[in-house]
Amino acid sequence: MKAAIYLKNVTTLQLNPELCTGCGICLDVCPHAVLEYNHRKAAIRDRDACMECGACSRNCPVGAISVESGVGCAAAVINSMLGRQNSPCC
Amino acid sequence: MFPVSREGMLTGHDAHKKEMVMLNVLPDFMPPMDAPVILPGQSQPFVMGLLQTEIGAVPVITSELSRIDCWGSFKARWGVGRMHYAVDPGLYALGGPDAKSPVFVSANYKMSFDHLRRSLRGRDGWILVLDTVGINVWCAAGKGTFGTGELVRRIFLAGLDRVVSHRTLILPQLSAPGVAAHRVRQYSGFKVIYGPIRADDLPVFLDNGMKATPEMKQLTFTMTERAVLIPIELVEALRAAALIVPFFAIIGGFLGHRTFSESALQNGMVAAGALLTAVISGAVLTPLFLPFVPGRAFSLKGFVIGCPFSLFFLTAVDFPSRLSTVAWFVIMTSLSAFLAMNFTGASTYTSLSGVRKEMRWSLPLEIAGGSIGILLWLAAFWIH
Repeated sequence: MKAAIYLKNVTTLQLNPELCTGCGICLDVCPHAVLEYNHRKAAIRDRDACMECGACSRNCPVGAISVESGVGCAAAVINSMLGRQNSPCC
Repeated sequence: MFPVSREGMLTGHDAHKKEMVMLNVLPDFMPPMDAPVILPGQSQPFVMGLLQTEIGAVPVITSELSRIDCWGSFKARWGVGRMHYAVDPGLYALGGPDAKSPVFVSANYKMSFDHLRRSLRGRDGWILVLDTVGINVWCAAGKGTFGTGELVRRIFLAGLDRVVSHRTLILPQLSAPGVAAHRVRQYSGFKVIYGPIRADDLPVFLDNGMKATPEMKQLTFTMTERAVLIPIELVEALRAAALIVPFFAIIGGFLGHRTFSESALQNGMVAAGALLTAVISGAVLTPLFLPFVPGRAFSLKGFVIGCPFSLFFLTAVDFPSRLSTVAWFVIMTSLSAFLAMNFTGASTYTSLSGVRKEMRWSLPLEIAGGSIGILLWLAAFWIH
């Protein structure tokens, strides 16, 4: 399936192969097939497909993945620019 | 948040909870050991009956959606009542489940709940609804309300551990940003299985022994999926535009070269037409034809679509001065770009870092464009 690409080279996704145990949960939860199995460990397959949802980092039991996730809509970014903390979008 | 009683032995059936209390590792989202089970309201309109269980009367629901259910979803898509479209959290019985039946977890946004039960036609199961404050799975997961804490808390508050003999939960894949499966197991003893993204794929998933195909696990953004998101964006944009039109009418009335009412009407109608065209460009056409519009940034796509449609509109109107034409062109394309940029929040593939990067250059341009456009519009009253 051809993936829609947003902007290139912006993702904050990081994967530390030394901590990875190869459990595979990150592949199970990623909604964009960003990760793949490589030599019995997880590896990043397509960085630019990452939407920074945080599912992989949240579910990694050993903390091998990190990503800066947050409410990713323009309204939320504007609200945080204006200093409004309480209502990101809805 | 919930005080935990650590002294006194627990009698009862949940050895896991007991063990955790004794190990002093209960996190603060766990309800107290003696907290009563909270059952969902029986008078909710979609409750068909009651199933008597060890924890009391569990509401029974069907997988058939009524006309009221469908109308409610339709209204929500158009922005009517969607912030108060919720079901009670807690445990529901679908069909005739028993202690071995599977458990599906849902947000308490009614549309999420309806999608889930509709997909399980002819099957028996339990549906555990979390209190996500009436918000859908994806947004709630992002905010943490469809999260580890609420899931664990709800398992015990809803009495699920006392109703099923197994310890497995099936969660929607898109709840994963909020749920740490290994922590859910640690705190509740329940294992999380992430199912498909779309509830409609659940029957095949279940029949294949809880195995998902790659297609079930990946997000798409088809034209249909984009189209159903348009009404809410359109309604909100039109509401804002409707507030702006009177300003153009009144100021145009004063500054115009005819009588107040003639100028006000003329300027008001042009403003309404121009803003409507810009709204359609940025909030309808750009989302609808998203992948076909040049540019990766959504605001650029909105500008690209905004240009020809603004020109179509402007050639149809007889403007007194060329300056007004330019003014409206700048206002319309800036508005179209801004509205398209807002669609990033509804898309399934934009990232926060990408949105920030896009907004860094596009928001100042949109604001500048709108401001310059308005200044030119004002100037046009003096310059012919």
